[in-house]
Parts: sequence; structure tokens; C-alpha cells
Amino acid sequence: MFEIRIHSRGGQGGVTAARLIALAAFYDGKQATATPFYGAERRGAPIVAFVRICDTAIRTCCQVKEPDLVVVLDPTLLSTVNVLKGLAPGGTVLLNSPHPVALDGFRVVTADLTGIALVLDLVIAGSPLLDTSVLGGLAKIGVITLDSAKRAIAENFTDPRNVAAAEKAYAEVAA
Amino acid sequence: MHTIATGNRGVAEAVREAKPGVVAAYPITPQTEIVELIAQYVAQGTMQATYIPVESEHSAMAACIGASATGIRTFTATSSQGLLYMHEMLHWAAGARLPIVMANVNRAVAPPWNVWADHTDALSQRDTGWLQVYVATAQEAYDTMLMAFRIAEHEDVLLPVMVNLDGFILSHTMQPLETTPAGDFIPPLSLPHAIDIKDPAAYSPLTGPEYYFGFRWEIERSMRDARQVIREVEEAFAGKFGRRYGPVEEYRTEDAEVVIVAMGTLGREAQVAVDRLRQEGIPAGAVRLRWFRPFARPDLAGREVVVIDRDYSFGFGGVLAHSLRATTPCNPYSVIAGLGGQEVTYADIAQFVRQRKPGEEFWFGVESHGDV
Repeated sequence: MFEIRIHSRGGQGGVTAARLIALAAFYDGKQATATPFYGAERRGAPIVAFVRICDTAIRTCCQVKEPDLVVVLDPTLLSTVNVLKGLAPGGTVLLNSPHPVALDGFRVVTADLTGIALVLDLVIAGSPLLDTSVLGGLAKIGVITLDSAKRAIAENFTDPRNVAAAEKAYAEVAA
Repeated sequence: MHTIATGNRGVAEAVREAKPGVVAAYPITPQTEIVELIAQYVAQGTMQATYIPVESEHSAMAACIGASATGIRTFTATSSQGLLYMHEMLHWAAGARLPIVMANVNRAVAPPWNVWADHTDALSQRDTGWLQVYVATAQEAYDTMLMAFRIAEHEDVLLPVMVNLDGFILSHTMQPLETTPAGDFIPPLSLPHAIDIKDPAAYSPLTGPEYYFGFRWEIERSMRDARQVIREVEEAFAGKFGRRYGPVEEYRTEDAEVVIVAMGTLGREAQVAVDRLRQEGIPAGAVRLRWFRPFARPDLAGREVVVIDRDYSFGFGGVLAHSLRATTPCNPYSVIAGLGGQEVTYADIAQFVRQRKPGEEFWFGVESHGDV
């Protein structure tokens, strides 16, 4: 079982990302679940969502306590939320950031997802959308395949810029 | 279609397959996605139903009752306060022997205001004459919805069915879902006492003490007959679709000395706990109770029982715990956990088993313990 925890802020697409990642993993032939944690959501508030990917049926629906990988869509969350909680030493963090960031004891993969959203003008109500580009980063890390990521995105969004965002992230991320 | 989808979507897709003539509903968190999807299907023309967006849940059930009384297949969905608001109408639906099917997305009852999973909403409606079933996956939600229409409309039943799924934990979690066309699995509804709108008549005249009890007995007799109908329909479903369900889902119970009993997603979470406990050498098993009305009556004789209630009957105890005590020889360790969406993991459930004290009640997260 591979478990992912996604940290984002309301409006960035963290919950949608969880669903798309699970769908992509499903298209890869895996069992997958996406469990958003619903609290008092509002734009800008910290949001958590979970993805589980497994070769066999997934019985648990509880929150992911010991993730194998953490996704952080907003780097400002690093100073307000313990995004590393439960992550094993050496575990991977996929961080949306234009600059390299070091987190002692962890493998940090940075991707300028906000930059990609701005270049492609994937912005709604002033909020750059990160929910599709992040799949490209995860594909580069090897969690899902790029083909399945593109298929999952294309099935949910007709605007081709969403698939383009994932391709761009895949090309740019050094993993 | 094979994809991943939320429990809510599993319900909505199944309802589309069941082809009801009337859907009357009022949106409420966390049920909203069900009625949004159905409204969308109707608007797009992929579902040929009359969708009635009513002003309250009381009206939703009243509209279903009116439509169902004319022999039309009907569906509604609600949660929590909405279900409670329907309460009076729930009795009317069952008493009028109308095979209405409802999805109830289990949610806590206020106050304090809480939109998360809890079974008290549905269990507080247990005496209304509705059949009640609790599901644990999106696939089971889909499959059980299809079966619910066939069971409700069976001539030996003719009672409404409430399909319960845990708010958010199941309603909003995306899981693998295979939506197979229902085909002829649900025969056309033939309601023997359907109102002929061209031949109007008065219904429900005052019924005195000399007859009333007879109508109540007829409900109970149908509830008892429903056990066999449920078996037959679940068997027919397995034959047609290859997925098998029963009154309970047993997991590693053959040689189990201690059995965890729960309903809904906690019953599935318990299966993971069983695997953990077995690794420690504790011979545990799990029984997930699906049918609460008619009560599934699992055979737990000779085993220690740990029962988890995501509900509470104040002044008495966990509803599932006292239902088990009344129907099978056991002295369960009664755990009250998961109220209002309280996070309960498989590790927590394993710990309930390790710390079990037969006959006692334990409120998860509350310091005090007490005798039942």
C-alpha cells in the first residue's frame, strides 16, 4: 500500500488532485481510493486529502497517518502545518516551489506548479490551479504513469491546458 | 463502466439504472451530491424521471408517498436532520405499504451542529417499519441500491427500504466502482393496492381498535418474510452480477475466538484490525452487519464479542450492542466510537479488542469507563 497525504489551501485544487491521482492509479491497473478530509473548508484555509494506491482491495477509509509521500501545494503551509508528520525519515515531499527547498532528513522534489499555472493562465478567481500539474510531478516521481495522468485529467477537464500543465510539470521536475 | 467514484455517485448511478418515475428530494450535506447528480441526469435526459425539488424533507417524503401510491417507482435521499424532519412521513410510507427506496447518508444529529458520520439518525427511525441496510463501499452502495428496489417491491414485502452509507467516509471517498446495467434485474413495479387516479377513492379512514393491530401485524409479517426475499434477491444478484452479499459479511470468523461486530465503514475498517490482531496471535474475526431491519441476527454463540456502535441510545446503551444482547447469547464489550465523524482507525479497533472487558461499555475518547 502506497499512501499519499496532500496539503493545500482551499481553492488550489488539493481535493480534486487527490481524486485525479486515484483515478490515474486506477488506470494504471491499481486499486486506489481518494479520501478528502472535510472540515470547515473555505478559500485559503489549510486542506488535507489522502490517496491510497494498492495492488489489492483497500479496506481502510481512515486518515493517512504515516504517508509514504507528502504533496504540499502551498509552500507557506510549511511554517503553519506540520506537513512532515508521520512521514518516514528519507520520505519524499513533492513541494510546489520555484526554488529548491531543503527539509532536513527528507527527499524534497520541487516543482514550480504556480509558475506553470500562470504561464498557461490556469487561474480561477485569482487562484492558480495546481490540481492537474501536480499529476505530472507525481508521474515523474513514478507514483503514477504520465499516460494515465493525462487520461484522468482529459476525462475530467475539456480544456487542453490541464493536460498541458501535467506534461509541463513532468518535463520540468527533476526527480 | 469501471472507474473510481464516490459512494454518493454509486447511489446516483444505481438509481438511474433502477429507472424510478419520480424522485423528490431536498439537498442536505453530505447527501447533496446524490440529488445533484440525479437532477443532472434528468436535465440531460439520461434519466427519464420527474424530479421534484421540494421545499423540505417532510414534503419530499410526502411527494414520494403520493407518487408511490399510484404505483410509480420512487426514490429520495437525505441525511440526519432531513431524515428526522421526515419522521412522521416515514411511518405513513411503511403503514401505507409503499415500496419507496431512500438513500440515507448517515450524519450526526445536532446539537452541536455536525455534518459527519454517525448512525443515530437512521437508528432513531428503526421502529417506523422501514427495512434498513448499511453498506461499506461505493460498489456495495451501487449494488445494494439495485437490490433495494427489487426487495421493497416484492409482493411478500411491499415496505420501504432505507440504504445507509456513512457520511463523507463513504459518501465522499472515491473507490473502484463497476456500474453494470441492471437489465431486467428489477421487474416492473406492480403495486396491488395502487390508486387509480381515474377512479378516486378516500384512503386511510379512521381505523378502530378492532382492526388497527391487524395492519401492524401485517407489517411485521412482511418484515419476517423479507428475510427470505432478501436472501433470494441477494442470490439472484450474485447469479447475474457475480457479487455476493448476505445479511452479514463475515471476515476470518471460522476459528475466531473474539469477533468484532460493527455496521458501515467501521465494519470494514475492523477487517484490517483483524489482520493486525492475527499477526499478534489474537484469533480475531469481524462481522459486518448489513441488514439492521429485519435484524440480521448473527450467530455469535461461544465467542467473545466486541461491538462498535456509531450511535447511542441515551439512558440505555449502544443500539447495536443491545440488539445483539437481545438476539444472540453474548456478553459484549460495548465500544461507543466514531460519533459525529470521530476518527477511528484500524489501529484503534485493534486496541478495543486488546483491552476488551466483557459486559462493560467504553466510550472512545472519553476518560471514564462504566458498567452497562
